[in-house]
Amino acid sequence: MKEYGKIKKLSGLLSSRQMSCEELTRMYLDAMESENETLNAYVSYTADLALETARRVDAKAAKGEALLPLEGIPMTLKDNISTKGMETTCCSKILKGYVPIYDATVWQILQKQNAVLLGKTNMDEFAMGSSSETSCFGGALNPHDISRVAGGSSGGVASAVGGNLAVYGLGSDTGGSIRQPASFCGLVGLKPTYGAVSRYGLIAYASSFDQIGPIASSVEDAALVYDAISVYDEKDSTSRGKTEPASAALQNDIRGMKIGVAKEYFEGIRGDVNDALQQVIRVYESLGAEIVRFGMPSLKYSLPVYYILACAEASSNLGRYDGIRYGFQAEHYSDPNDMVCRTRSEGFGDEVKRRILLGTYVLSAGYYDAYYKKAQNLRGEIVNAFQGAFEQCDVMLAPTVPMTAFPRNFTAKDPVETYQTDICTVPVNIAGLPAVSVPCGFDEAGLPIGMQLIGARFCEAKILNAAYQYEAATRETTFRAAETGVRL
Amino acid sequence: MTNYELVSGLETHIELATKTKIFCSCSTEFGGEPNTHCCPVCIGLPGTLPKLNRRVVEYAILAGLATNCEISPVSKMDRKNYVYPDLPKAYQISQYDMPLCKNGWIELSNGRKIRITRIHIEEDAGKLVHQRGNTFVDYNRGGVPLIEIVSEPDIRSIDEAREYLEKLQTIMRFIGISDCRMQEGSMRCDVNISVRPAGSEALGTRTEIKNMNSFAHMTKAMDYELNRQIDLLESGEKIVQETRRYNEETECTEGMRGKEDANDYRYFREPDLVTIRVSAEEVAALKAELPELPGARMKRYTGELGLPEADAQQLARSRRIAEFFEAAADGVKNPKAAANCIIGQMFSRLSTEAEKEAFDVAITPEQLRELVMLLDAGKIRMNLVKSTLEKMLDTGKSAKEFISESDMAGLDEDALKAACEQAIAANPNAAADYLGGKEKALKAILGGVMKATRGRADAVKAEQLLIQLIKK
Repeated sequence: MKEYGKIKKLSGLLSSRQMSCEELTRMYLDAMESENETLNAYVSYTADLALETARRVDAKAAKGEALLPLEGIPMTLKDNISTKGMETTCCSKILKGYVPIYDATVWQILQKQNAVLLGKTNMDEFAMGSSSETSCFGGALNPHDISRVAGGSSGGVASAVGGNLAVYGLGSDTGGSIRQPASFCGLVGLKPTYGAVSRYGLIAYASSFDQIGPIASSVEDAALVYDAISVYDEKDSTSRGKTEPASAALQNDIRGMKIGVAKEYFEGIRGDVNDALQQVIRVYESLGAEIVRFGMPSLKYSLPVYYILACAEASSNLGRYDGIRYGFQAEHYSDPNDMVCRTRSEGFGDEVKRRILLGTYVLSAGYYDAYYKKAQNLRGEIVNAFQGAFEQCDVMLAPTVPMTAFPRNFTAKDPVETYQTDICTVPVNIAGLPAVSVPCGFDEAGLPIGMQLIGARFCEAKILNAAYQYEAATRETTFRAAETGVRL
Repeated sequence: MTNYELVSGLETHIELATKTKIFCSCSTEFGGEPNTHCCPVCIGLPGTLPKLNRRVVEYAILAGLATNCEISPVSKMDRKNYVYPDLPKAYQISQYDMPLCKNGWIELSNGRKIRITRIHIEEDAGKLVHQRGNTFVDYNRGGVPLIEIVSEPDIRSIDEAREYLEKLQTIMRFIGISDCRMQEGSMRCDVNISVRPAGSEALGTRTEIKNMNSFAHMTKAMDYELNRQIDLLESGEKIVQETRRYNEETECTEGMRGKEDANDYRYFREPDLVTIRVSAEEVAALKAELPELPGARMKRYTGELGLPEADAQQLARSRRIAEFFEAAADGVKNPKAAANCIIGQMFSRLSTEAEKEAFDVAITPEQLRELVMLLDAGKIRMNLVKSTLEKMLDTGKSAKEFISESDMAGLDEDALKAACEQAIAANPNAAADYLGGKEKALKAILGGVMKATRGRADAVKAEQLLIQLIKK
């Protein structure tokens, strides 16, 4: 079977010393230098740290020591993952200049593996958005077509990985923020089970939905990164860590695997996206999987449930940005109260303000029962619907996004229409399930189309196995690298 | 004028004496340089997550068990959202609709039970410090664990309010979960207060007086507020439901303007923490750990040991005193003597109430017990007990260091006779007076005998002998 993973290949080159890590790192830093101005994937560079780490890896390789799976591999972190001593802004004016004094758990894990951090990547402000255009640094562009966005909110990671400016990156997914940009940029994006990866150090948007996961250019790479970062962390009470390594299961035969298709996921999606998904179904049938069709009526509540609950949590999570302790502080004010008001008015962008207001509203006395409580109850129904679904099938198949990458400035026109494009990604966040987006073709304009495989809780190995088998069968026709960055 | 009845309920905040904070491992110690007992978690830096300190749950369960509460097998934490600079996350992690303990009570000395609605756990906020025309924030206290004990409006007088709060304080100190110092803020309370015509069942409109930080202020504030409300009703005015503050200088309560009442805390479940589960086994284990409570001990002291109620109350006021007393009185014939030593001589050396409760004394209860045993055995007399105890307390040494064998052996007949004869010779007038019918005169001579024998003489024997000698 042909291997598409970059990480193993590069790791082999580094440990056999056919290439030095410093050399590899410089290739990426050079590519960033020439391409990032166009893509706007990175919002900060960490070249010195990258080279220092690279030299440490080279010294280790020179001594003939075995390298850890992610050792020496150039990568990036979304700018909402806390990195000690390095500015972490969530691409918001309100956090400009904020330098964390501690490391996120995922970054601690990766540092122990000598991961080579190239820089921090662009995102929608506080991960609220679908195009990265709500970033105070401007949007990240799609390496397949720079008149299009890379998606969001982890658009910078997808733009960097898709544009070969990083081998992989860690994003966060609250309502689709890993899978949607992965789909837009022709990449593999894994949103792990809620609790599989520690959230400690991830700057919260909506705490009961947020989950860190990888964006990579192959299923194997995504699985390797997932295996490394999915570890129980005592600092996160909701963390449990993985039950089994996913990369060991990739080669498993999927004959007889039951793939569930819920019709609600296919309502209102664009024709060419639907066609691509029907083709995926045929591929799985040809691989010996069994397609099981059913309905999940409660999925129709997904969007309101997601936006009510996520905004409610966000309104609370973002209350701490008051200009008193860190980050941006308004320059002119009359008294302390006025300082807080002005700091927040000037520091937050429109989309963030919209969601804080919405969230404050749904939690207010008099509206709580009609919105927040109702949404909580429906969340329970959606969890139950998925439980029922996984009694009938092993994994579920669905489109990732009802369309392909938006043109620039599309999302600013109509926020509600933009919210609706999250229709296929939010259900798994509501239910805390794992899902991986995998490229499955191109539209007429040559933009990637993505599909997602959804699993029961902690069944990452199963969905990555199904994804890997699909990738192996179709890679030659459905994957196409963007024409930028480092060629390997 | 109508007779009015006071109706009051208390919300009491108590800081728990766990070593570390409720959601991180920072020290809870009082004081310290500003912002030195802090970490990314308790100053709410972006991306940090709380981790519940299980000791806090255990301490709160102990508080619940000691106040006859039911312990919830399942409870959860919620966010209470409000903006204030001393609250770095802009929400306080507390418990809203599923408190850890509920439906308890405390019995007052008049036999009335004050019901406890609930006890929940939450984090304390930091503190604003106003200095040099600026305002600073000290987050040392932020994240210190608190319990909030909410009573039903069962309190009917200011005395009852005071006793209820004192009982809470004694119990919480007894079970060792808090030092409950009102001055240091480790115990504070809000008083809900309303009045109604005596005999009425309906509740009047209530006001809430916030943040009482001493018993004296609480009683004064309640007294003022009670009269204010009665005056309003008498003059036909309405009472406004509001939050009030007690002004220590004017000794009045005053309405806190504006926002407090309009606050909508937008409670919702804290998504960063998991459900709190408490097993029946855990509750049973904590119950076993619970010491005998002051109420039960008092009953035992007055019943089994036959002590007067006032003495029992003094001895049960702190666990340290009660345990000292019980060890000292263990197996002795005369527990009252041990009680007298503690309440009399030993207390008089401790000047403040706090010192009395801490009962940091130079001797061990075993040393006191030894002394009382000597008295029990008739080897020494009460006056020698007193002087010996003083020496023991001065030096920390045992009774036997100060009492010689001859002291304990008493006096032989000859020595006693010699002492009596000398005493009579030294005070011939008194002997004559006695013979003249003044019985009291004998006491003076007896005093001389006791003095000469340094208290070793058996007073009864000495008296008989004196009478014999004088009449001779």
